[in-house]
Amino acid sequence: MALDEIKIGGLGASRRRVEDNRFIRGKGNYVDDIVLPGMLHMELLRSPVAHARIKSIDVSKAYDIPGVRLVLTGEMMAARNLAWMPTLSYDTQAVLATDKVRFQGQEVAAVIADDPYIAKDACQAIVVEYEQLPVIVNPFQAMESGSEVIRDDKENQPGNKIFDWEIGDKAATDKAFAEADVISKMELHYPRSHPSPMETCGSIADFNRATGKLTVYMTSQAPHIVRAAVAMVAELPEHMIRIVSPDLGGGFGNKVPIYPGYVISILASILTEVPVKWIEDKTGNLISTGFGRDVYLQGEMALRKDGKMLGMRMKTISDHGAFYADAQPSKFKIGLMHSAFACYDVPAAHLESVGYYTNKAPGGVAYRCSFRVTEAMFFQERMVHAAANDLGMDQAEFRRMNLVKDDMFPYRTAFGFLTDSGQYGKCLDIGMKAIGYDNYKAEQAEARSRGKLLGIGISTMTEPLGAGNSREYDILGIKMFDSAELRVHMTGKAILRTGAMNQGQGHQTTWAQIVAHELGIPADDVTVEEGDTDTAPFGMGTYASRSTPVAGAAVAMVARKIRAKARKIAAHLLEVSEEDIEWELGRFYVRSNKERGVTIQDCALAAYSNMPDGMEPGLENNAYYDPPNLTWPFAAYFVKVEVDAETGVWDVLKVVAVDDCGVRINPMVVEGQIMGGLTEAYAMASMQYQTYDDEGNCIGSNYMDYLLPTAWETPGFELHEVVTPCPHHPIGAKGVGECATVAGPAAFVNAVVDALGHLGVRNIDMPMMPNRVYEALTTGKDISGMPPVKMGD
Amino acid sequence: MYPSRFGYELPKTVEEAVALLDAHGGEAKVLAGGQSLVPMMRLRFAAPEMLIDINGIEALHYNRVDADGTVHIGALCRHEELEDNPAIAKAIPTIAAAAPLVADPIVRTRGTFVGSVCHADPQGDWAATMTALGGHIVAQGPKGKRDIPIADFVIGPFQNTLAFNEIAIEAVIPAPKGVRVGNYLKLERRVGDFATASVAVSLDMKGDTVAYAGIALAGVGGRTINANAAASALVGKKLTAENIASVAAAVAAVAEPRTDHRGSADYKRQIVKTFVERILTGLLNTSQKAA
Repeated sequence: MALDEIKIGGLGASRRRVEDNRFIRGKGNYVDDIVLPGMLHMELLRSPVAHARIKSIDVSKAYDIPGVRLVLTGEMMAARNLAWMPTLSYDTQAVLATDKVRFQGQEVAAVIADDPYIAKDACQAIVVEYEQLPVIVNPFQAMESGSEVIRDDKENQPGNKIFDWEIGDKAATDKAFAEADVISKMELHYPRSHPSPMETCGSIADFNRATGKLTVYMTSQAPHIVRAAVAMVAELPEHMIRIVSPDLGGGFGNKVPIYPGYVISILASILTEVPVKWIEDKTGNLISTGFGRDVYLQGEMALRKDGKMLGMRMKTISDHGAFYADAQPSKFKIGLMHSAFACYDVPAAHLESVGYYTNKAPGGVAYRCSFRVTEAMFFQERMVHAAANDLGMDQAEFRRMNLVKDDMFPYRTAFGFLTDSGQYGKCLDIGMKAIGYDNYKAEQAEARSRGKLLGIGISTMTEPLGAGNSREYDILGIKMFDSAELRVHMTGKAILRTGAMNQGQGHQTTWAQIVAHELGIPADDVTVEEGDTDTAPFGMGTYASRSTPVAGAAVAMVARKIRAKARKIAAHLLEVSEEDIEWELGRFYVRSNKERGVTIQDCALAAYSNMPDGMEPGLENNAYYDPPNLTWPFAAYFVKVEVDAETGVWDVLKVVAVDDCGVRINPMVVEGQIMGGLTEAYAMASMQYQTYDDEGNCIGSNYMDYLLPTAWETPGFELHEVVTPCPHHPIGAKGVGECATVAGPAAFVNAVVDALGHLGVRNIDMPMMPNRVYEALTTGKDISGMPPVKMGD
Repeated sequence: MYPSRFGYELPKTVEEAVALLDAHGGEAKVLAGGQSLVPMMRLRFAAPEMLIDINGIEALHYNRVDADGTVHIGALCRHEELEDNPAIAKAIPTIAAAAPLVADPIVRTRGTFVGSVCHADPQGDWAATMTALGGHIVAQGPKGKRDIPIADFVIGPFQNTLAFNEIAIEAVIPAPKGVRVGNYLKLERRVGDFATASVAVSLDMKGDTVAYAGIALAGVGGRTINANAAASALVGKKLTAENIASVAAAVAAVAEPRTDHRGSADYKRQIVKTFVERILTGLLNTSQKAA
């Protein structure tokens, strides 16, 4: 009898998360929980100013404090050729500043001491003399001629421009605009935000002089990339480097890059020959590690008067901070920004992107998104909203008219992506019904009669998740594939290792479900391990919603290899030829006699005790998976709001999310991902942003200034699902972890702008704080750019 | 959290605590709820040599309403204990309305009413509420106790008039002249955020005539804004749409807001005006319903 797949925790089972057992009991094992014998503690001294030449650093008073073992400065790093390190975007980043500090919070010195209190005291005792330089806090200042050159360390860097990049067919786009009946324009700013995982970054470097082995416990979403980078930068042999990512307290892209703190702790351990622990504080994390967004988006659409989209032009001006440290596939300078409009049938498109250095923290990480798709989709859906209004068309109908139809797949977008599957119209219908779209105009009129402003916002999108394929996607030349290794023990239990790195996605739970689906081994019988480069197979790590599309596919593929070998063993045990064997979940049987069969567990035991002549013993294998294409989930989000005309406060009345992420491995985990993403979307729309004052002081360096929504403000979410399996993924799954963060913000903004539309308001840039909404509704004018940053007193 | 090095004492009586404060000559800080002090120590903005933890003084842990309606709030009374508290809700509706809006639920289980008044944050809820209510603080020092009217206690941003060797042991709100009604409204960007603007209103009603009117504001100036003078226009009168509108405008005029990332000065005045109107209109509607 075939097993009941749901009962064994296979595909489609809302299996409880294995990880939560330890997390909710306080038994997780995070970097800061690890204590090694003789371990010292490191603290970083950060620059208080945004742009200044370092005239002198006096560390003598720090050494006067008992318990201080070592103080490192840029000069000492430089002596070992470690003052600078490469970034993930072919730039360099200072490890400890030697010449200048280029943003507030930049690492200037490190103290290694007996405990963290002493290390912090000693940091305060270091005297640094700065000569202040003009500060640049946005790309418009950076592009002014004669503005201070931030990266005077680089040759051939006359100004502050990092790149000028374009993609698309300019001539075809120009032609579309020339033939347009209506041209609709939009200008937006997507503010800087910080992923702000609950756990900050940190590391424990443990260099053993006797064995020559360097072990680094660290907070990394991509431990194998770190190992390769350390091997290259520190010139240590790769086999003598072991990177271990234990439990991670969230990542959201923040833990993809390699930060100075890691590198300094490694050198400190090499010099002191004892383990050195560095745990960043919350402020350090917020002001120095990888941010997201910070892009000015301009563009226009060419439209036929019946509503058909003819073409799209887009320009982005992005602020990358002091070092170009975006974590993204190397071929693309502004991530996958050109995925904009992928869900619409737009014949011609062109994108120009210009990036600048500023005196702000470096980063540009994919904050819960697949490399800038968040900005792309935000622009797309705000542009679509404005274009529909310009045409006098209904929001939903304008989308329906232009969305790629079910029978158009595979569909080549104007920028060259190949979308392969979806039921966009069906998702739109479900969402419209759930939000009560039919009744909305009447409801809006009724609300206005009460002095309330009601609006509905829609956001629909497909996004490219799951980089590679390796032809197009690499990071610093390393191709973006992934891997899995499965070993079935003799009693039929198993251990699975992958090159991905769980940081809240629930891999321990869901990978085991894929094994259960492929082999019929109950998910509870499968241990999942990740994060230790000495044991896990090579992988590119977990970000950009790529784990299920790539590593998850590798899990299915390795399980199939195991099944193929088990089939041979089954034939041997059943004394028939392999061709006469059939498979049902958990069991091989003889085609002519279904009663005669052996379980996968019988085969496992035989692999160690009774294998066929000539067969290699054991039941284990590995698989490397290079996806043929990205996966293309679709989302349709609907938000209904009511705005208080006297205060500008907006209340969310309803949120409807329709997600098609293909086959769902664990529906509960998927729903958790969508709700988490919608929460972050609400956060961006309402409050979560980071800005800088004119002197380059980071406003958003603590959680009083950098606002994350709590359960109190966060609205409820109504979730719906549509399933269009991915045509190329072994189990039909698509990425989903980031859909809601990506498409969600525009739905909130569209809703508020819709509520104010009759007053002539076309745009309110995020964050839509009540004062900004109030200003828009009383003046009828658009609200652009960042809020003023003068701090109250 | 890695604060600077500090000493720690856990006295069992107020006298013992006062003696310790006196002995440390201004270098010691009293630790009650710690919800402002500890974050400042974390950031090393505050680096007291000695913490005198009064949490062991069980005698300070109370809130009670006297028969005449006078309310006493001991120094260890947590914000949370003023929420869903029927006796407090009856005696001082403004406190009952403000309590669930103080910071967030985690802070409220630990932070104290008296500690918040002492902290004198211009954005603090309780200094404003005490100002609207016309309460006083009981301070105890080496020479005994004294009463300090709230207007003389909170004198500026983060400034109170306690001597270095005094502890605020109690807040007292006087008995009402009639039936006390009131409300508290706050605009914040998120639970736990500092207020963009807060309005505390407390009225004592004799029938439908106002016998006492107190209004104070938080978040709209460099200090707690005392708008009691503007509110006093209501005394001896019945609430009407007209006098509500004029008081709201007068209160908004005494606010001292500054433009910052929470909004422009004009916007904050608009919020103050709207909130005063909403509170007073709400009180008028309730009294009309009751009648």
